Amino acid sequence: MELGLGHFIGLASLLFGIGAVGFLVRRNLLIQLMSIELMLNAVNLTLIAINRWMPGNHAGQVFAFFNIAIAAAGAAVGLAIVISVFRLKKSVQSDSVDLLKH
Amino acid sequence: MSGAGAYVFWFAAFLAVLTAVGTVAMRSAIRASVALLFHIISLAGLFLVLHAQLLAAMQLIVYAGAVVVLFLFVIMVLGPTPDRSADQRGLLIRAAAGGLMALVMGAISFALISFAPPMLPGVTACPPGAGAECGQFGGVEALGGVLYGSAALPFELVSVLLLVAVLGAMAVARGHSSEDREALKAKKLAQAGEK
Repeated sequence: MELGLGHFIGLASLLFGIGAVGFLVRRNLLIQLMSIELMLNAVNLTLIAINRWMPGNHAGQVFAFFNIAIAAAGAAVGLAIVISVFRLKKSVQSDSVDLLKH
Repeated sequence: MSGAGAYVFWFAAFLAVLTAVGTVAMRSAIRASVALLFHIISLAGLFLVLHAQLLAAMQLIVYAGAVVVLFLFVIMVLGPTPDRSADQRGLLIRAAAGGLMALVMGAISFALISFAPPMLPGVTACPPGAGAECGQFGGVEALGGVLYGSAALPFELVSVLLLVAVLGAMAVARGHSSEDREALKAKKLAQAGEK
């Protein structure tokens, strides 16, 4: 069976959906951060797949490269925030952070 | 893109979906991060199918080598944390939101896989008669040329971004705990009393 661009975009949207569901449903901050990584990876897959079907330049791959760098920076800052929340609340559940809710 | 590439695609796609579900559904964070590791490895396989060799290597180095290890370090630092939140408010609305998102994404995937024709002819990306530079698509030389050529300024700015992120992470993670803050306040009060 011939592989089309639709296969890759469909797979990427499925992975993005799994990440979005994880971010919405789970309440563990660490797993929510991992779900964000899943979504960023799905976007990278889209960029690289579209670049493969338009090989005139490397725009998609360059964007995916910057995406990887930004995701690494985001993971570092996000994990620092998780550590800070754990110091303050002794918990990594995101619904324990409700200072602005009351 | 038929033959061996298609087999690699189906294998890596199956593994990627399976491990993504594992990442989201695992109860313990350490198992979820190991599932994330396998997800990243299977995505690197997909990048290889898409002729992005340099990005596949970088995916393994940056994600599998740095981000997942960072996650594991943080899980180790935090130690065993209470698994379930006692707060069960909004369980129904959470499930509804998740189900709705899954439905929408499933519909998009189904539509794209079943109805979308290949957008451009020439699935192999190098049409017959193309130059030798097309064969190097996604390699170190071709992508590096772009990164140090037309994308040189953003490439250098990424280093500033990473520096700021590291400094910010240190500043945020070094904050005082609530007990520290109480002790600090008591000390200040005592000093004010002495004066």
